[in-house]
Amino acid sequence: MDLRFTPEEVAFRDAVRSFCRSEIPAEIRRKVSEGRGLTKDDIVASQRILNAKGWAVPHWPREWGGQDWTPIQRYIYTEELLQAAVPLPQQFNCYMFGPVLATFGSDAQKERFLRRAANLDDWWCQGFSEPGAGSDLASLKTRAVRDGDHYVVDGQKTWTTLGQHADWIFCLVRTDPEAKKQRGISFLLIDMTSPGVTVRPILTLEGRHEVNEVFFDSVRVPVENLVGEENRGWDYAKFLLANERTGIARIGLTKERIARIKRLAKEMPAGDGTMWDDPAFRTRIAEVEIELKALEITQMRVAARQGRADSTQPDPASSLLKIRGSQLQQAATELLVELAGPFALAAPERGAGANDLPGGFDWVDAAAPSYFNNRKVSIYGGSNEIQHNVIAKGVLGL
Amino acid sequence: MDFDVSEEQGLLRDSVERTLADAYPSLETRQARIAAPLGFSEEGWASLAELGVLGLPFAEADGGFGGGPVETMIVMEAIGRTLAVEPYLASAVLGGTALRLGADADQRARLLPGVIDGSLRLALAQTERQSRYDLNDVATTARRAGDGYVLDGQKCVVLNADSAGLLVVSARSAGERRDPHGIGLFLVPADAAGLSVQPYPTQDGGRAAEVSLSGVEVGADAVLGDAQDGLPLLARVVEHGIAALAAEAVGSMEALHALTVEYLKTRKQFGVPVGSFQALQHRAVDMMIALEQARSMALYAAMMVEAPDAAERAAAISSVKVQVNKACRLVGQEAVQLHGGIGMTLEYVGAHHFKRLAMIEYQLGDTPHHLRRVVDAGGLIAA
Ligand SMILES: Cc1cc2nc3c(=O)[nH]c(=O)nc-3n(C[C@H](O)[C@H](O)[C@H](O)COP(=O)(O)OP(=O)(O)OC[C@H]3O[C@@H](n4cnc5c(N)ncnc54)[C@H](O)[C@@H]3O)c2cc1C
Repeated sequence: MDLRFTPEEVAFRDAVRSFCRSEIPAEIRRKVSEGRGLTKDDIVASQRILNAKGWAVPHWPREWGGQDWTPIQRYIYTEELLQAAVPLPQQFNCYMFGPVLATFGSDAQKERFLRRAANLDDWWCQGFSEPGAGSDLASLKTRAVRDGDHYVVDGQKTWTTLGQHADWIFCLVRTDPEAKKQRGISFLLIDMTSPGVTVRPILTLEGRHEVNEVFFDSVRVPVENLVGEENRGWDYAKFLLANERTGIARIGLTKERIARIKRLAKEMPAGDGTMWDDPAFRTRIAEVEIELKALEITQMRVAARQGRADSTQPDPASSLLKIRGSQLQQAATELLVELAGPFALAAPERGAGANDLPGGFDWVDAAAPSYFNNRKVSIYGGSNEIQHNVIAKGVLGL
Repeated sequence: MDFDVSEEQGLLRDSVERTLADAYPSLETRQARIAAPLGFSEEGWASLAELGVLGLPFAEADGGFGGGPVETMIVMEAIGRTLAVEPYLASAVLGGTALRLGADADQRARLLPGVIDGSLRLALAQTERQSRYDLNDVATTARRAGDGYVLDGQKCVVLNADSAGLLVVSARSAGERRDPHGIGLFLVPADAAGLSVQPYPTQDGGRAAEVSLSGVEVGADAVLGDAQDGLPLLARVVEHGIAALAAEAVGSMEALHALTVEYLKTRKQFGVPVGSFQALQHRAVDMMIALEQARSMALYAAMMVEAPDAAERAAAISSVKVQVNKACRLVGQEAVQLHGGIGMTLEYVGAHHFKRLAMIEYQLGDTPHHLRRVVDAGGLIAA
């Protein structure tokens, strides 16, 4: 047992660290750190820098741009990106669509889509959830009816993250309405420019346009866009959701947030000194740090185990990581609002000039929005209640 | 990064677990052991010596087995799982670490053979009436007399003092009561003139004692390390104690959680197992999360307890104690609650885990104490 990184792992960490800090534009990293929204161009630019280095999709098969990294290296890589406030590779392309297609897609589909997905030449979004199908995803109703060499798709998806940027959407659709819930579902790739596709924005708590409703009105989709076998889509979705959950603890992100809060606390006046002199505030920070340290080790235990286990089998511990990881991400955003204090209320128009900054602080107006927005992390990717159910059944056998 | 135990460590785990499981087949055996004059069975202690675990942390040159924090963790986890009452923490971990890190060659040659073969038990006499968990708060005095020292003072809740042949006593040879400088660790034989030990049971089935020192004379060879600069040594002893307690807590929580899940599956109300109620399922999951987070921290302690940087090490070990303490409380309380009435009775082994876990919180520093230390260190993450 040796809980330290090996010299090779340290060298790898340092290489990722210096690359992140020297190659990814500081302006993009600043936006991430401050919790301000990124433009599509920001995300594309950052991903292409990573992809040129061969680091956009390290967990994919080698022939499609992957790296032969150990799970520990993958862990280090993700954590270093997060700690450097580098946007993670676009998650729908890299963590969902890519692995599913590489595993279950046809050769023609892989040739057509994978390299473009890695380079973000195509932007993919996820069309799973529907108004009536959230946690109970298998109750989805969007229908695809075979008509010659096309499917005709009718229905509605919702919560489609960044669907407004998307060229393509991967959807779960019902192809056999007679079969039992999970049985009649297929995994279909739909061109967002197809006639009959309508995207309507939904504004989330902080006021940003992050999610959408997507409507399908007699959308014709070539049969060649079916992934794998008809009516086997649920299996692929389960595989995808397991992928989605790995790395979801986002330890590095919370670390970066805490480090920033500490820096800002030293500059935020309070009483005769600063907020950093307030033992109560510092105690609340320390409590998050301690829990985070425990989660970091837990995450490493999971990564070390993945090195040996069959990697298509999700480790039930990933549910634990999701639960605690999301709670700590949220806790950090709460601390930031607490630090902003009375200034947290202010929501000035940006770009109006420094005079309008509440109290002269250039970060306080982003604190509450970041807190608002982060309420999502315990809801999506399988809500924390669902994760509890997963552990209760899968691990405890209750 | 590698979380696997080595082959030898695996063998150690198997043999310790087997020995302790055999020694503690039932709650009744444990109660019988607690009822023995010293609060545990001499036979049980001898079997630990036979296993070699009493010599585990000492260098092979000293007749030990050259084990490290991981080996101690393995033993303590097994102790926690079985609620064993042998004074391993007091003697092997706390006393043993003091000797391992503080004793000179002569002291090692004189004392370690007995410690390793089990004939000499140790205890750490450190807490005082006013000190709470501050190691630097020492009113007990060590007055220079000729070559040696004369010790006067009161030590409180000294774990397993009544079965120890040798006490490791913190005493002040210089400075004011809370001065970090001027503290030494002194070896005091249990039969020294002027030493009195008033033993009592502890809440969790163990033993402790009030120890008073009145003009106790010791020689120059009784000083561990430096008579005035012993605080760093004492701090390291306590750090090893915390790492050991973390492992014990993990063993105990693991056993208690398993008992609870088993009970949820078998206890029926309203015609169904109570484990089918989601409210209870989710609480059992939260117990598991707390347990796994504590396990990670026990591993972290094993990794950090020998780290060279004292400040970094101290913050790390304090953070471990905070996390483990919180887990002890959550897992203990929830286990009792999820059992209903049966969780309240002394006839049920789970209740004894609850009590041990509750008391671990108050050994070697409670949550506010260690949280304060982490805060004072500026936290764990560099700004
Ligand atoms: C910001 C954001 C972005 C998203 N992005 C996407 C996306 O890009 N693509 C996509 O397909 N989806 C996306 N989602 C949808 C997300 O996956 C769902 O919100 C999630 O699955 C929960 O479904 P729901 O919102 O319908 O809540 P419901 O399932 O209706 O849940 C309501 C409440 O009931 C609880 N609950 C439900 N079932 C159980 C149960 N069995 N036991 C205990 N409690 C239960 C839930 O935890 C929750 O607290 C996104 C969601 C958000 C908020």
